[in-house]
Amino acid sequence: MYHYDEYDRALVAERVAQFRDQISRRLSGELSEEEFLPLRLQNGLYLQRHAYMLRVAIPYGTLSADQLRALASVARDFDRGYGHFTTRQNIQFNWIELEQVGDILARLAAVDMHAIQTSGNCVRNISTDAFAGVAADEVLDPRPLAEILRQWSTINPEFLYLPRKFKIALCSASEDRAAVMMHDIGLYLYRDAADEMLFDVMVGGGLGRTPILSQPIRRALPWQHLLSYVEAVLRVYNRHGRRDNKYKARIKILVKALGIDAFAREVEAEWQHIKDGPAELTRAEYERVAASFRPPSYPPQPAVDLEFGSALARDAGFARWVQRNTHAHKQPGYVSVTLSTKPGADMPPGDVTAEQMEQVALMADRFGFGEIRVAHEQNLVLPDVAKADLYALWQQACEFGLATANIGLLTDVIACPGGDYCSLANAKSIPVAQAIQQRFADLELLQDLGEISLNISGCMNACGHHHIGNIGILGVDKNGSEWYQLTIGGAQGKLSALGKVIGPAFSAEDVPEVIAQLAEVYREQRQGTERFVDTVARVGLAPFKARVYPAQEVRA
Amino acid sequence: MNNLIRLTEHGPERVNEDLWTLALTGEEPADGPRILSLTAWLQCQPESVLSGQEPSADAVCLQPDDEAERLQPYLAVLPLIAVLFPSFRDGRGYSQAYLLRTRIGWTGELRAVGDVLRDQLSHMRQCGFDAFAVREDKSAEDAIKGLNGMSVLYGRSAIEPRPLFRRRASEC
Ligand code: HEM
Ligand code: SF4
Repeated sequence: MYHYDEYDRALVAERVAQFRDQISRRLSGELSEEEFLPLRLQNGLYLQRHAYMLRVAIPYGTLSADQLRALASVARDFDRGYGHFTTRQNIQFNWIELEQVGDILARLAAVDMHAIQTSGNCVRNISTDAFAGVAADEVLDPRPLAEILRQWSTINPEFLYLPRKFKIALCSASEDRAAVMMHDIGLYLYRDAADEMLFDVMVGGGLGRTPILSQPIRRALPWQHLLSYVEAVLRVYNRHGRRDNKYKARIKILVKALGIDAFAREVEAEWQHIKDGPAELTRAEYERVAASFRPPSYPPQPAVDLEFGSALARDAGFARWVQRNTHAHKQPGYVSVTLSTKPGADMPPGDVTAEQMEQVALMADRFGFGEIRVAHEQNLVLPDVAKADLYALWQQACEFGLATANIGLLTDVIACPGGDYCSLANAKSIPVAQAIQQRFADLELLQDLGEISLNISGCMNACGHHHIGNIGILGVDKNGSEWYQLTIGGAQGKLSALGKVIGPAFSAEDVPEVIAQLAEVYREQRQGTERFVDTVARVGLAPFKARVYPAQEVRA
Repeated sequence: MNNLIRLTEHGPERVNEDLWTLALTGEEPADGPRILSLTAWLQCQPESVLSGQEPSADAVCLQPDDEAERLQPYLAVLPLIAVLFPSFRDGRGYSQAYLLRTRIGWTGELRAVGDVLRDQLSHMRQCGFDAFAVREDKSAEDAIKGLNGMSVLYGRSAIEPRPLFRRRASEC
C-alpha cells in the first residue's frame, strides 16, 4: 500500500483545518449556501433527502485494516452503524451532521484518509481493478501510476472548477474490471516488447442522461507522458467544455460535438506545448511510489494442500463459495477473496455494518496481510489469501453474513442509494434490488443462470450504471409514481455495450417476476455455455419482449 | 476598484486607491482609466497602440469565452490584464491565467475580477494572478486569509513550475 509521507499528511491535516473553518463560516452565515456548496462538494459532502452524506475517498479502492477500522468507528460514532461502498470504490455515510464533519475528517486524517474531491466538478477518486497488483491476468500493477495521478489531481489549482465532474480509471489486466470505458478518461496500461510501460488513452465515456462509451484518443503513449497528456486533455476540456447546461457539460459531450478527431487535434496541439517539460514523470518518482506497492513476502504454500482439497470435497457450500468468490492470483497457493455485500434481502447492496467492517479488518490481519480492496461491484476483497486459510476465512465470513456465494451472479446487484436517500431520485432502488434478490434466493437456480450483471439506478444520473448492466433497471417517474424501465444486453469491460430498452416500464411489484421471465427465456434460448449477455447478443430482444409483453397489452 | 488585494514584495496588501474602473459594457461612469472588454479594447485603440508603438491607456478584461492567446500581440502595450470570473464556479479564468503566465509571457499585473471570493484566492494565486478585486460585498481583510491555501502543492502551477516530485528530488 502507499504510505503517506510528511507532505501527504500535511496536506490532509491542513485540508481538515480549512474545511472546519469553512463549515464554521457557513454556520455563522458568513458563507451563503451557494458559496459553500462547491466547497462542501469538494470535501465529499452532499445534502441528501434526510441528512448530509459524506463520501470518503478510498484511492483506487485500497484500504489497510486500520483504515477500515477507522471507517467502522465513523459508522458507529457518527452514523447509524453502517456505510455504503460505491461503484467508484469509495464509501458513503448517509446520516451525517454538518457540525461533526470536522471531527470525522480529523479521525480519518489520523489514518491517512480524506474526502477530498470525492464530489464536485473536479477530478475525482482515481479508480482501478480491485485485484490490481495480484490478479493472475494482470500485465503490470496500475497502482503506482494511479497514486501518482491521485497526487497530481489533488487540489490542482487550475482544475478545481471544471465544467463538470471528471473521473479517471485505469486497468492493466486482460479483463477490464474497472469499467474503464465509462470514464471521462480511461487508461489501459501495458508493456511493449522492450518492457516499457505504455498507455492506450480513452476519452469521453460517461453514463447519465446521455450514455456514451469512451473512444481511443491516443495509442501507445509512453508512461512518462501520463501527467502532461492528462493535463492537456483537462485544459482543453476546462477551456471548451460547455458550461451553459449541466447535462451537457461532461467531456463526453464536447468530444461528441467536436468529433474524436478534432478533439484529439486540440489535445495534441495543447500537449505539444507541455510535453517533455517539468510535468514529465521521472523514473525516480515512479520507483519511489512503486516501492510502496511491493508485494508482501508470501510464505510458500505446498503444491498440493490435502486439507483444502478435503474441505472442498466435504463441504459443498464451501466449494461453491471458493468457486464463485475467489479469483486467480499471481502467486501460486494464493487467491483473492471477494466478500459479498449482497446477502439478499437483509442488507442493501454495498451496505456494510461497523461490526462487519471490524470483522473484515480482523480477517485481513489474520489471513490477508492487513489489506482490503473495494470492488466496482461494491463488494470487499481480501487480495492475498493462502488457499490453506480459505476454510477458516469462509467460516468467519459466514458468521458475519459476508459469505454469500453470488459473485458475478444475478443477485450480486449494483444499486445506487435511490429514493430512500437521494433527493434526485425518481424511484427507490434498494427495495427493488432486495425483491429481486429474494426472488432468486435459490442458489441452485442462481448458479444455473451463471454470470449476469444487474444494475439499478433510481434516476437518469445512472449512479448504478444501469446502462452497462446485462440487465439494467432505471427508476422513472410517471405522474408522481415510481416505475422501472428495463434494458438488456449492456456490458462493462473491454467489450462494453449499452443495454437496449425492452419496452414500457413496470411497477416495482412486477419487476422481480419480469426478471424471472427474462431468465427463463435465456434458459430456453441459450446454447452450450453461452452467458446471458451472449444469448441476448445472438437472439436479440424479440424473444424477451414477446415473453414480457405478451399480446402487447396496453400499459399505463 | 475598491476592495483590491495586490501581491507585493512585502506580501499581500490591501489597495484602497485603485484608479481602474471595470467597464465591460462601456457605459460605466469612470473618472480614471478603464478596463475594457477585449472587443471594445480592440475597437477603440489607435493604430499606434495596436502596432505596438505606444502604450495603451486602457486595460483589457478577458471574459471566459475569450482566447487568452489573442492578447499575445499586445503584451508590450497593455497596462494591466484582468480576467473575469462571472461566477466563482466558472473555472476558465484559471486556465486563461495559467496560459498568460506560462505560455503567452505576460509579466504585468494580472487581476481577478468578478465573483472573486476568499476560498478561491489561493487557487487564483497559484494560477498566476497577483491582484484580486474581491467581490464588493465581502471583506477584503477576511479574504486575505484565503490567499495562502495549503503549504503542499503536489502538481505544478504558474508560480511553482516544478511538480512536487521534482522539488522533493532536489532536496536530497
Ligand atoms: C446519494 C447521493 C448521490 C447523489 C446526489 C449522486 C448524484 C449524481 C449525479 C447528479 C450524477 C450525474 C452526473 C453527470 O452525469 O454529470 C451522478 C453520477 C454518478 N454517480 Fe452518483 N450520486 C449519489 C450517490 C452515488 C453512489 C452511492 C454511487 C455508487 C454506488 C454513485 C456513483 C456514480 C457514478 C459512477 C456516476 C457516474 C455515471 C456517469 O459516468 O455518468 N453515486 N451521481
Ligand atoms: S442514480 Fe439518481 S437516484 Fe440513484 S443515487 Fe444517483 S442521483 Fe440518486
